[in-house]
Amino acid sequence: MFRYTLKRLGWAIVTLWAVITITFLLMHSIPGNPFAKEGTMPEAVYNNLQHYYNLDKPLVVQYGLYLKQLAQFDFGPSLKSKTITVNDYIVNGFPVSLHLGMQALVIAIAFGLIFGVIASLNRNRWPDYVSMVLSIIGISVPSFILATFLINFVAVEWGLLPVATWSSWSHTVLPSVSLAMMPMAYIARLMRSSMLEVLGQDYINTARAKGIAKHMIIFKHAIRNAILPVVTVLGIITANLVTGSFIIEQIFGIPGMGEMFVKGIFNRDYPVILGSTIFYAAILIFLVFIVDIAYTFIDPRIKITGESK
Amino acid sequence: MSNILEVKDLVVSFHTFGGEVQAVRGVNFSVPKGKTVAIVGESGCGKSVTAKSIMQLLPKPPAEYKQGEILFNGDNILAKSERDMQRIRGNEIGMIFQDPMTSLNPTTKVGAQITEGILKHKDVSRKEARSQAIELLNLVGIPQPEKRVDQYPHEFSGGMRQRAMIAISLACEPDLLIADEPTTALDVTIQAQILKLMKDLQNKTGTSIILITHDLGVVAETCDHVVVMYAGQVIETGTVEEVFETPQHPYTKGLMKSVPRLDQDKKQPLIPIIGSPPDLMDPTEGCPFFARCEYAMEVCRDHNPSFEYMGGNQHASCWLHHPLAKASE
Amino acid sequence: MMKNNEQLTKEMFQKVHDNFEHAEKINRPSVSYWADVWRRIKENKLAMLGLILIISLSILAIIGPYINGYSYYEQNFMEKNLKPNAEHWFGTDQLGRDIFTRVWYGARISLFIGVMAALIDFLVGIIYGGISGMASGRTDNIMMRIAEILYAIPYLLMVILLMVVMEQGLWTIILAMTLTGWIPMARLVRGQVLQMKEQEFVQASEALGAKTGWVLRKHMIPNTMGPILVNVTLTVPTAIFAEATLSFLGLGIPAPQASWGTMANDALDSILVGNFYQLFFPAILISLTMFAFNVFGDGLRDALDPKLRK
Repeated sequence: MFRYTLKRLGWAIVTLWAVITITFLLMHSIPGNPFAKEGTMPEAVYNNLQHYYNLDKPLVVQYGLYLKQLAQFDFGPSLKSKTITVNDYIVNGFPVSLHLGMQALVIAIAFGLIFGVIASLNRNRWPDYVSMVLSIIGISVPSFILATFLINFVAVEWGLLPVATWSSWSHTVLPSVSLAMMPMAYIARLMRSSMLEVLGQDYINTARAKGIAKHMIIFKHAIRNAILPVVTVLGIITANLVTGSFIIEQIFGIPGMGEMFVKGIFNRDYPVILGSTIFYAAILIFLVFIVDIAYTFIDPRIKITGESK
Repeated sequence: MSNILEVKDLVVSFHTFGGEVQAVRGVNFSVPKGKTVAIVGESGCGKSVTAKSIMQLLPKPPAEYKQGEILFNGDNILAKSERDMQRIRGNEIGMIFQDPMTSLNPTTKVGAQITEGILKHKDVSRKEARSQAIELLNLVGIPQPEKRVDQYPHEFSGGMRQRAMIAISLACEPDLLIADEPTTALDVTIQAQILKLMKDLQNKTGTSIILITHDLGVVAETCDHVVVMYAGQVIETGTVEEVFETPQHPYTKGLMKSVPRLDQDKKQPLIPIIGSPPDLMDPTEGCPFFARCEYAMEVCRDHNPSFEYMGGNQHASCWLHHPLAKASE
Repeated sequence: MMKNNEQLTKEMFQKVHDNFEHAEKINRPSVSYWADVWRRIKENKLAMLGLILIISLSILAIIGPYINGYSYYEQNFMEKNLKPNAEHWFGTDQLGRDIFTRVWYGARISLFIGVMAALIDFLVGIIYGGISGMASGRTDNIMMRIAEILYAIPYLLMVILLMVVMEQGLWTIILAMTLTGWIPMARLVRGQVLQMKEQEFVQASEALGAKTGWVLRKHMIPNTMGPILVNVTLTVPTAIFAEATLSFLGLGIPAPQASWGTMANDALDSILVGNFYQLFFPAILISLTMFAFNVFGDGLRDALDPKLRK
């Protein structure tokens, strides 16, 4: 168990290093100069800027310096403003994004599981059709379209919920729902097929042959086993939530990390893009690591296979 | 009442995409108290459906009990509510399934799977249930039961899992044990052990057993009575001696010729039954064995023979035993 | 059962000899695998709806831009923000361009990106996964580790980064999407190859002296094609979605070309002034396309699963 955890942790670090290196190289392979847009500037100023951002040094040295910085959790200064660092952006934006992301994740998991279970227990009857139609719509309608529709109808036309800014809880409802819809649909579909498979297993018959009541079988035997595949995809789902949040924050004007990332893209503010990419990737890799470890606790079979791997 | 179970004229259908499949078409047999009854037949002949009907484990829909009665201790089980059935299942009737690799819940400890039934049917504390589970594991011959009770199924071998399965099914000392091909998925040496275990336990507890199998060797060794099924119907019943020594139905005769026996002449070849069972989606009016029968007569084509008394404990359904058939010979 | 007893006559108890003729008769006609798949897809109404939608959208993507005589780039400031009417069936946008023409032009771009991305993923995935699976051992291990690391990088994040770095354009988008998009396919192919190598019928065929090529053609390809085909079908909506997201962020197709994503982005401001229709048409078309490919892919998966074969 301990060895498995260590091994996974090792992988997580290697993966993060690969992400850092790839993003770093990508950012520095952009032709032209980040200050070119600033128009004409005196040679001395330009040289100072180059020096300040270490751009006058060879790439390998820059890479080494950047890794050293990162090791101290320092993402460096922003190109656009010398007084604000990338760390400031993250410290300000991340709590908001985390709030939005967690809220959406909870909605997605809770309703996804409920819809999936209800559908599987009523296979080929109307609750099944309703939840499956909803989830097909969920995976077919991109979040930004759902978001704009919700803004247009719920917020603007009917005035039911406020949007724009992040000032009260009611402001968070529509963004969270828009963000949650696709992962919710995904979980519902996965849970449905997983439940159907488990319900056809012999051990469900064994439990029934023991005289166990139907609802107890569903909770203790069926859901317990059917949820395993859902746990394995939580990492991917979270990744989708993170990337989905770029757009949602943009549309709803939420001052989170996603908005900062998108702004960084348009300003060609490379340290911001680099820093937030690495930050996002680190969070995701960490989450996948946690999910992997958590999985060994949920599925007793994995301990053996995990260690012998 | 000397019969613990009587199945009378049971008809079970499945409603599928392609239409109605009559898996069981008028099955009659009974299980005497304390005896072991074998149900034999080819795959798809309705053995398992009959067994699952006794426990009412078939999902409805697609399954439908169209007619007949299943009398357990004189009570019609088919008329009972789901709640009443839950009291009977595991408590009065236990069941063992074919594949021990899939019939235990992989994410629950073996001990918990045994105590689950005990806690449901008996008024005992968790601690007591646990010690009963350990006792049961010991009874079914699992070494170190105190340690094994806290292990997961994947830590058990196939034979051990089937032993654990037997422990689960016997946890509440049922009057009737249904074993649906309990040894098919196991190695031959393990098969013998499991059968011996079931037999020993029967001697200790006096449980009646229904053993579903397609292995005639197992039947000869462990059973008292035999029910031969073909295409959803019972075509012959009797004691093991009667059916093995004087089979009355051509299908049973064919079965006896198609398996090797120790007492048979070495030069005598094994004779397979040609062909395959009929499609139950669209069964013929006539005898279902007609197309494969070497004694087939005109009457068999369009008329299904009735189930007739053959003397002793034996019954069979075949036109060959009709007075007219005997006359035309 | 004895109800006909009275009618029984002695003649009926004559032995028959023709009864064995039907003994080996198989009751249901045997159908080829793909015919069977097609039959099951046809039974699945939702999948058929998906297929019909895919075909109609493709046809409209081809002929749509020519139907009402406007061009996708032609601006007319006299006819800005017109609601749908007899002249402009889907209305005009804030630059006076005909939305009907533009959505079908956008359909070309979106479908082209989706199909191209799926095809490239398919080719790269088959080659990489096939080599990895066939090679096994050390080569396989290294190849899969590389794929695993690349796959850990969030897909859209990677695509966005590449779009920042590279010059905007149609092929850049496709390249960005396929740079990591092939990995799931490669993993799937490898898994299928490994599974096939273990399959008894493949081993049996080899034991009978079949040549590798024959095993590949007769057993491996038909048995692995199913999941791969489903994956290709489901890659199309993923790519269309990614393109729409990129374009919506302003990183997609450069103007004056249009995709559904850029049109939705352009229309974003207009909903605040009540011109919701400008968003409605591209939004509905993105959703319909994703819906069509998703339900068709689902139907294909169900139809290909031989376990469900009755």
